[in-house]
Amino acid sequence: MTGRPKRVTVTSPRTAAARRPRHPLTREIDEQTRLGEVYMRSLVRTQFRLALFVCSLLACVVGGLPLLFLLVPELREAELLGLPLPWVVLAGLIYPALVGGAWLYVRQAERNERDFADLMEAPMKTEP
Amino acid sequence: MGQIAAVVLVMLATILIGAFGIRMSRTTSDFYVASRTVSPLWNASAIGGEYLSAASFLGIAGLILTYGADMLWLPVGWTGGYLVLLVLVSAPLRRSGAYTLPDFAEARLESMTVRRLSSVLVVLIGWLYLMPQFQSAGLVFRTVTGAPPWVGSLLVAGVVAINVLSGGMRSITFVQAFQYWLKMTALAVPLAFMLVAWWSDGAPGLAPGDEWALPLHGEDHPVYETYSLIVATFLGTMGLPHVLVRFYTNPDGRAARRTTLVVLTLLGAFYLMPAVYGYLGHIYGMPESDTVVIALPGRLVGGPVGEFLTALVTAGAFAAFLSTSSGLTVSVAGVIAQDILRGGVRSFRIATVLAVLVPLVLAGTSRSLPVATVVGLAFAVAASSFCPLLVLGIWWRRLTTAGAMAGLLTGGGLACAAVAITIIGGPHTGWAGSLLAQPAAWTVPVSFTVMVVVSLLTPSRVPPGVARTMVRLHTPETLNVDRGDWRPRFM
Repeated sequence: MTGRPKRVTVTSPRTAAARRPRHPLTREIDEQTRLGEVYMRSLVRTQFRLALFVCSLLACVVGGLPLLFLLVPELREAELLGLPLPWVVLAGLIYPALVGGAWLYVRQAERNERDFADLMEAPMKTEP
Repeated sequence: MGQIAAVVLVMLATILIGAFGIRMSRTTSDFYVASRTVSPLWNASAIGGEYLSAASFLGIAGLILTYGADMLWLPVGWTGGYLVLLVLVSAPLRRSGAYTLPDFAEARLESMTVRRLSSVLVVLIGWLYLMPQFQSAGLVFRTVTGAPPWVGSLLVAGVVAINVLSGGMRSITFVQAFQYWLKMTALAVPLAFMLVAWWSDGAPGLAPGDEWALPLHGEDHPVYETYSLIVATFLGTMGLPHVLVRFYTNPDGRAARRTTLVVLTLLGAFYLMPAVYGYLGHIYGMPESDTVVIALPGRLVGGPVGEFLTALVTAGAFAAFLSTSSGLTVSVAGVIAQDILRGGVRSFRIATVLAVLVPLVLAGTSRSLPVATVVGLAFAVAASSFCPLLVLGIWWRRLTTAGAMAGLLTGGGLACAAVAITIIGGPHTGWAGSLLAQPAAWTVPVSFTVMVVVSLLTPSRVPPGVARTMVRLHTPETLNVDRGDWRPRFM
């Protein structure tokens, strides 16, 4: 066995580093550690706050209109462009408002999820 | 004559498409296939097609004509319900993988008892929703042919049963999507002609001091009833059995959100029209009934054009009866077959017959209320039972099996009792009458309170897998995390 050593492939250790391992932060979630729980709760809380904000806004508009008509009876009889004001609002303007609110919500909810995904996939900071 | 031809045409087309549908969709796995190819616009059109029932197509205009401005809240709520559904439910529900409401109950609470109770509620809501569809089919059929109402009800129920038994229609997203655009056209084209006719009449307006156009007039307690209607419609949409199943067709939670946004846009566009029908109907002094949408085009636009337009709205009305009833029947029959009978093809057939027969008998025997009123009651039951279950289930970890059971029983039970008393014994007057006719404003808070309080009292009954379920419901699909291994059971 004094011959030339068997040829082997020489690889850089960096290749293994570049092949992405299963990420530690998602593993925290999988193993339900305290840290993973904290991350999950923060995601749920962010999304819930956003949902609650939209719902409160909706409740103010939708719940406020009958109240407005009740407290300011002149508004019931007001006219806009020859049509009764309550009709213009309830049979027309409120629909684009709902769609607009939904669009803003979708944009923000997707942004929250992107932020969460970025956080999960960001490189781990080394402990000092 | 044109109207009868239109009805026959729509029914034949439905049966034929159903028959061809067998080949395209033998199993529910069609949903899996569809999920990769269906864009949010198609999917949203399909949701809209199934959602816009006789209550939307005929009922809203009829109620607005009868009761005036307060009824404008009905279409607002039926659209706005999707905004609430969007922000609180849509993405997590898609991510749960649940195919039906009982599936969700089982996945989240890990309890067969809650699943069975949810099944019973789905069946009750489905029947309550189907009954007025059949009733108004009879009413429209009588207007068209002069035949007694039961003939039309039986005809629609029969076509729906054949259709569902042959297995078609439902799974084909394309057909339901087409139904939306058919209904849209069937209301929009006559409306355009009528507005021209109204304009050339010198654009007559309301008589000065007309009480009808003012909000908060009429009923015994208009303020309470308006608020209760708002609660029922905004919170009830998420609990309807035939709406949820379509969300499964979205590839992921993000697409589910985008689809809901498109649904909201499509419904908003549609619901601009019934109010105008009601308004014109009032100006031209039409008789107050659910058939105003059918009668109005002929009244304003005479001659052969008027006849064609009448045929078009009639076709749209029957499309509405058939598409919503088919969707509901499949949902109800699926639940009966899987959770109450033993499952399998034979059970599904028996279940389909039951799903159609019970509301058909109810339609023939019970008091005839306006279609949109009864559908509104179905929303009230959904809002008092499934809304708390979904909202607390998705956002609150401490919900327990006992809490969910207690809330469903109390809220669903109270709302069902109020509905039964209103339909069988009513109309009642005074405060009792208002509280029973529009129960949501008190049954929904009761249901939420019971669910929360009982959950807090039974902390040991929190489902063991709740942390994993929360990961599944809320993390975006792009992340590679463990989501548990729960899968819905297919028949």
